[in-house]
Order: sequence, then structure tokens, then C-alpha cells
Amino acid sequence: MITFDDVVKVYPGGGTAVDHVSLELPTGKTTVFVGPSGCGKTTSLRMINRMISPTSGRVLIDGKDVAGQDEALLRRGIGYVIQHAGLFPHRTVLDNVATVPVLLGKTRREARDTAMQVLERVGLAPEFAQRYPAQLSGGQQQRVGVARALAADPPIMLMDEPFSAVDPVVREQLHREFLRLQSELGKTIAMVTHDIDEAIKLGDEVVIFRQGGIVAQVGTPQELLANPADEFVAEFVGRDRGLRSLSFDTAAEMPVRPLPAELVVDEAGRPLGWKSSDGMKPTGGSFTSGDTLRLVADLAILSPVGIAVRVDANGVADGIAPHHDLADYLAARRG
Amino acid sequence: MNLSYLFDAAHWDLNASGSIPQLLLSHLWYVFLALAIGTVIALPIGLYIGHTGRGSFIAINAGNAGRSLPTLGLLMLMVTLLGLGLLPVLIALTVLVIPPILTSAYAGLRSLDQRVVDAARGVGMRPWQVLTRVELPMALPVLMSGFRSAALQVVATATVAAAVGLGGLGRLLIDGLAVNDYSRVLAGAIVVAVLAVLLDLILALAQRWIISPGLRASR
Repeated sequence: MITFDDVVKVYPGGGTAVDHVSLELPTGKTTVFVGPSGCGKTTSLRMINRMISPTSGRVLIDGKDVAGQDEALLRRGIGYVIQHAGLFPHRTVLDNVATVPVLLGKTRREARDTAMQVLERVGLAPEFAQRYPAQLSGGQQQRVGVARALAADPPIMLMDEPFSAVDPVVREQLHREFLRLQSELGKTIAMVTHDIDEAIKLGDEVVIFRQGGIVAQVGTPQELLANPADEFVAEFVGRDRGLRSLSFDTAAEMPVRPLPAELVVDEAGRPLGWKSSDGMKPTGGSFTSGDTLRLVADLAILSPVGIAVRVDANGVADGIAPHHDLADYLAARRG
Repeated sequence: MNLSYLFDAAHWDLNASGSIPQLLLSHLWYVFLALAIGTVIALPIGLYIGHTGRGSFIAINAGNAGRSLPTLGLLMLMVTLLGLGLLPVLIALTVLVIPPILTSAYAGLRSLDQRVVDAARGVGMRPWQVLTRVELPMALPVLMSGFRSAALQVVATATVAAAVGLGGLGRLLIDGLAVNDYSRVLAGAIVVAVLAVLLDLILALAQRWIISPGLRASR
């Protein structure tokens, strides 16, 4: 567990970057610091591995004050991922990843063996090992950055805007891989982002900072979307937070109606489209009971007849959900 | 004016004192000493200033001041103070070598992507490791260009050694002028020029060998 105990950072120029912050980052979970620029989120993150020292207050890892620890040794035990990856351009991908094991005293050979395994873990083919960072795409560089942080298998990872320098498609892909890796590894992660959607998607806990280094609210993504503490948080999490909060519930308990005659299915029972006077209209997709309510709402809105189609695991249609049923279900759930 | 001096086999006799090969060797010896001493002095200072950011004005002003000092004048001053010998020549040449090396070491480190340096600290390198494992290898292209320009300058300027009675290729120029033997002057000028080109070529090859391909690589 990482603990911020009444931490303050004041810069010599007079600006307060972090203002009496007390927080607990639970072990094995992802905690995301999010807020507008200049809100102290990066400063807070960098105080965990002593890249910045607090003016007052303490940062503790498992109850031990980081201030009393050897800087270099502390940092070797904490994975560090930054925006644009910050790879060493003069070293191959493999040697970049082997950096921390070498610092920890492994032989170059052992370190490279470990690095090879970690590269595989983050989804990079072995042929990338001997390339140099300048020969990789932004997304590949970012994977190498994550691999370098993971190489010594540290219990804690600090990630400063790790996905903000890549295009949306690659970011989406890296998000999925991040969630997969984290479900396998269960690291204690502190991540900084300015993107609230990223925070909601990746965070188990989200800490919203406001200007002046003040913590506005701490909670799970669901809590922040459902009960923003004040105007600032409500504004920050966005206008469509009601719709987005549907992402946290599955359609498992939502009732469906039996298939109507207007739904055309093939011999196997898979939905093909809706009958209409001027030929067949497409269904626009289908959902399973494991999908989110947000997808159901999306399908109902997109469907030419205002009805979402449910299928089972084999893709066989087994029910429909008109948009007014979804509205009734949500209303009943709230009441 | 003709090339007869240069192509006279007698002037290439290794054992004859004052032959072109002997002058070449003593010339190279002065160049080597000046570069070695200059590097030992300027490199650590330049790296320190670049790494810490402290005393940048020294790097910038030393560079400018050093470049504007007339080497011949400085040499005469040193001879007046210290008497004849190798030492005043080396001091004058070393002063010439220091500015480009110091400035390039400083500029090489300052121009690095600071995010990479931040990452080096963040993964747990100690300051010395950040310098030797990340900053120095990354700054090598700039550093090497400073070293090459220092080497070229000192190859050309080491001819002044002859002005105070020492050897080196300057002998061909000074003695040739003294006896109006322009063929000898021309031989000296050509050998110095060829030496400069060859040395730069060797350093260019060395550069390819010691600089990581990752710093040249592009997608």
C-alpha cells in the first residue's frame, strides 16, 4: 500500500503544487490520478519514487517512509513508465528492457533472458529485440517502455501519461493489453492521466485533482459517475456520465421479450434483419447477456426499428429489447 | 614553384634527420600530446557543466575566448616566460584544443532529450551511471564533431612548433621561406593538408564504430 500523509509541495517560486494531500493507494489495484494540467497529479506521482521530495508530510510504501531510503535502490524496486516511453536511443530494445536487472546486479546474459520473456509478455515479437527505439512506432515504443518497467518484476508501477502520445486506435489496443496484464500481474499501480475516460476505464480507484494541488474526490469510477462530490467533479467527469455509468453493468438481469415475427433469422437462428415494406433493414448488431447496458442502449438507438437483439453464446437470437423496455428497466433499477 | 622537393626520394629517407617522414612523426607526436592533454582537461569540465547545468557561462566564454587567442602570439609569450622547449609549444596547442572539446561536451549533454535522462534516473541509475551509461553515449555524435574540429585545427597549427626551433612539418615551411626554397614550402603545405584529410577520415571511421547505430537509425 502507498500512503500519502498530509503531503505538501511548494516550489521556491511560491506556487503550491500539492496542497495537504492524504491518500491511500491499495495494494494490487490501479489508482489513477486525473485532473486538469497544473493540478499536482504528476508531482504527486513523482514523490512516490523520490524524483521529487515533498516540502512537508510523508509518502510511505507499506508503512515505510520513502524519504529514509536510498534513492537509486528505491527506484529500482518501482517500475517507471513515462510519456513517449523515454527509451535509451543508443541501446537495443532488449538492452533497454534489461536495464533494471543489470542495475540490480544480474549478469548481462541473465538480464537479457529475463528481458526476452518480458517482451513476449507485453506482446512484442522476438524480432524486435535487436532493433533500436528509433526503428519502432510510437505504440511499440510504449510497449517497450512498459516491458522495461516490468523487467525486474517490481510490486509497484508508476505510469505518467503512458498512453497519451499514441493515436486513438493504438491507445485502445494498449488499454486492452494493460487491463489483461494487470489482471495477470496484480501490481500496485499509480497512473497519471488528463483523460477522464482513460481514468474511468483503467482505474480501480480514481483520484480527481483540481487546480492548486487539491484532491477533489476519491472513489471508484462508478462512485464518481453516480455521485460527484461537487460541481467541479460533475463538470470534469462530463455531461454524459449517466450514459457512461451504464458501462459498469451487464445486461444479464435485463428482461427481454420473445422474438417477434418481424425478425428474420437464418436456418441456425442467427438474426439477419427486420422485415419491412421496402425490403429488409439491418439489425445493426446484437448483444449477449455478458455485454454492458451501454451497448444495449447504443444498439437500441442505432437500430432502424428501435429494438436491440439479444443472442446466446452461439449467436442464435433469443430475445429482443425495445428502447422503452431498457428505459423502464433503468427506472425500476434506480427506484 | 614545383613539386621537386616533395618527390625527391632523398627527402623520404627514414633515417635522415629532417626528412619528411621524421618531421611527420614529430608533427604527429605534438598533435597527439596536445589532443590528449586537451581532452583530459576539457572533457571532464565540459561533462560536469553539461551534466549539472552549473557554470554554463564558463563553457560558453571559454569557448569564445579560446578561439580568439592567436596561437603564435601565445607561443611567443610562453617561450618568453618558460624558455625554449616542448612545454611552451604544448601549452599553446592545448589552449587551442580545449575550447571545441569543452563546448561540444557541454552542448552535447545539454541538447539531450531530458525525458530520456529523467527515465534513466527514474529506473534507478545513480548520477554517475546516468552520465556514463546514458548521457555520454547519447552525446557522442556532438562530442566527436568537437574532437574532429580540434584535431584538424591542431594538425594545421602544430606547424608553429618550428618557429621556436622544434621539429614538425612547420620546418619545411619556415626553412623553405628562409632560403627562398618554395618547392620545400609547397611540399610542407601539401603534406600538412594530406595529413589533415587522412586524420579526419580516420576519425570519421572511428566515429562510425563507437557511436551506437541506434543514434543514426531512422524508421
